[in-house]
Amino acid sequence: MPNRPLFIVVAAILAGCAKHEAGSELVVRIGSVAPLTGPQSHLGKDNDNGVRLAAEEINASNLVIGGKKARIEVLSEDDQADPRTATVVAQKLVDEGVNGVIGDLNSGTSIPASKIYSDAGIPQISPSATAIAFTSQGFKTAFRVITNDRQQGEALAQFATAKLHAKSIAIIDDRTAYGQGLADEFGKDAKALGANVVAREYTSDHATDFTAILTSIKGKHPDLVFYGGMDAQSGPMMRQLRNLGMNVAFLGADGSKSPEFIRLAGRSAEGAYASTPGMPLDKMPGGQAFIEKYNARYGKIQLYSPYSYDATRVMVEAMKKAGSAEPSKYLPYLSKTEWQGVTGPISFDDKGDIRRGTVTLYQVVNGSWKAIP
Amino acid sequence: MEIFLQQLVNGVVLGSIYALVALGYTLVYGIMGLINFAHGDVVMIGAMVTLTVARLLSNSGLPGPLIVLLGLLAAVPTCMATGYLIERIAYRPLRNAPRLAPLITAIGVSILLQNLAMMIWGREYLSFPQIIPSHAFSFFGASISTTQSIIVIGSGVMMVCLSFLVKKTKLGNAMRATSQNPEVATLMGVEVNTVISLTFILGSALAAIAGMMVSAYYGIAHYDMGFMLGLKAFTAAVLGGIGNIEGAVLGGLLLGIIESMGAGYLGTLTGGVMGSNYQDVFAFFVLILVLVLRPSGLLGERVGERP
Repeated sequence: MPNRPLFIVVAAILAGCAKHEAGSELVVRIGSVAPLTGPQSHLGKDNDNGVRLAAEEINASNLVIGGKKARIEVLSEDDQADPRTATVVAQKLVDEGVNGVIGDLNSGTSIPASKIYSDAGIPQISPSATAIAFTSQGFKTAFRVITNDRQQGEALAQFATAKLHAKSIAIIDDRTAYGQGLADEFGKDAKALGANVVAREYTSDHATDFTAILTSIKGKHPDLVFYGGMDAQSGPMMRQLRNLGMNVAFLGADGSKSPEFIRLAGRSAEGAYASTPGMPLDKMPGGQAFIEKYNARYGKIQLYSPYSYDATRVMVEAMKKAGSAEPSKYLPYLSKTEWQGVTGPISFDDKGDIRRGTVTLYQVVNGSWKAIP
Repeated sequence: MEIFLQQLVNGVVLGSIYALVALGYTLVYGIMGLINFAHGDVVMIGAMVTLTVARLLSNSGLPGPLIVLLGLLAAVPTCMATGYLIERIAYRPLRNAPRLAPLITAIGVSILLQNLAMMIWGREYLSFPQIIPSHAFSFFGASISTTQSIIVIGSGVMMVCLSFLVKKTKLGNAMRATSQNPEVATLMGVEVNTVISLTFILGSALAAIAGMMVSAYYGIAHYDMGFMLGLKAFTAAVLGGIGNIEGAVLGGLLLGIIESMGAGYLGTLTGGVMGSNYQDVFAFFVLILVLVLRPSGLLGERVGERP
């Protein structure tokens, strides 16, 4: 496979060396880790773009850390959404001596990588890993700027039972740390709210044929199908669901709330529900400006780039307050973050989870996602 | 009952696609004793070309089935050319080499085709425009869409034609002669090289049709979609008895039905211990069972080693 990320890294390192010789400027190196190849590459690129947009803006604003002129340098790495690759990439970034890491995108990759960052004492902020386990391992270096699955599963179950009046629910997940974790949380909360889970089916994050499991679900007559997983599966799944003549409500979570989902599901996407952690972007102070900046620079926002943007800003802000880009020096300031980001106010609890995490629900109306008030 | 029927329909549709791809494996194996591992990727090329044409024409106002047909008209020659080139470049120079050598080049060609496709069409999942009107008609409570019935009928027609071609025509005679003994066939005036090229071209045309069906049915295409599909179809060919045309059809249909039933009922039957996550395991479980119990496949004959 052509290795574009490697090329970018090499270019970045070369550029960095040149600058090092040039003067007394402080170079802050931030690792950005996401799947840049494979079925989730559109989301990975989106995350990486968010980090790069933040870095460009910070660099343009004459960054000063501890009285010294500083510059952010982004090192992009590809974890292929694969837990094993994620640990290799994490070790590589540690060896290269990065000051902090924004990543990984997936829960399944963020969790194994967090051990390596924790051992090296390097702060890691995941823009999009929502699995509860990520911050509950007791690592001081693991943070996230996104609502976790406990909060999201609860909100989704509330929505399914109270707003959609679902009595019997079918649940499908893709057996990843994220999909399975979220589906389990959702199922638990839905049961507690009085709904009946009539089917529990599984697929994988590489599957394209869902007709067999959907047919099996059809026989159990649910009012709602919930999918815990990413858009590359939920899009075709939605299409096959409608082709089987099933007119049940379809509810996804943050992994499904993307333009890609609508593209893959085609006309069948109409009426599908999904959630995202946080507030609707265009309602946030500075959100509209972010959308315009991002669109001008990289095109359409897929999913999490606002979060990776905020994560980068939060990290650099802590460095500024600490007057140092040294991980051990700015880490205490990172835990005490109070920042008004484009996705909402950001501060961390003692586990590294975002405080007051909110969840917004969306529905596909006339071919695009609309927030449900 | 209607759910059982629906699973059966799903299985037969999936099985028809497997059978069509399995025919490509079995044709080549029957004639050359070679497993063409790049065959799955030829299916992918067929899917990609059809999809590209369909996307270009999706706003042209032409009726959907006509657009798909035009896509197929582009995909079949592309795949035929690919099949011919694969044979000419990767297999013919190795015809007298040990049997392991062409197997390795087959895998090499497969990787090459995947990477080429990734460079041309990108690494995202591509969606097939929804242009075929999806009427579903009810059959004892199971719903069958137009696309599904076209897949089953189309595959059936292809298989009958192929069977006729191999058994009743002059080209078929030449193919069977080459299969039995290439040297003697040459002595009898059979152009062995031409026959082998034609076999590859024929198999690739079937692959193009299968590719069109897969992408139109699932509504999606991806550069590495051929790998798993190829592996499953190869399993189907072995299940039925590789080298045997009826065997490939039987194997494909059986595998499709086993997979669909397995994914649909295993969870209920085992009380949730094993679930639909074992869907892909069935194909390979069946392969192992067949290889252990009946190495020559269901319809394969027990034959001695080729001299």
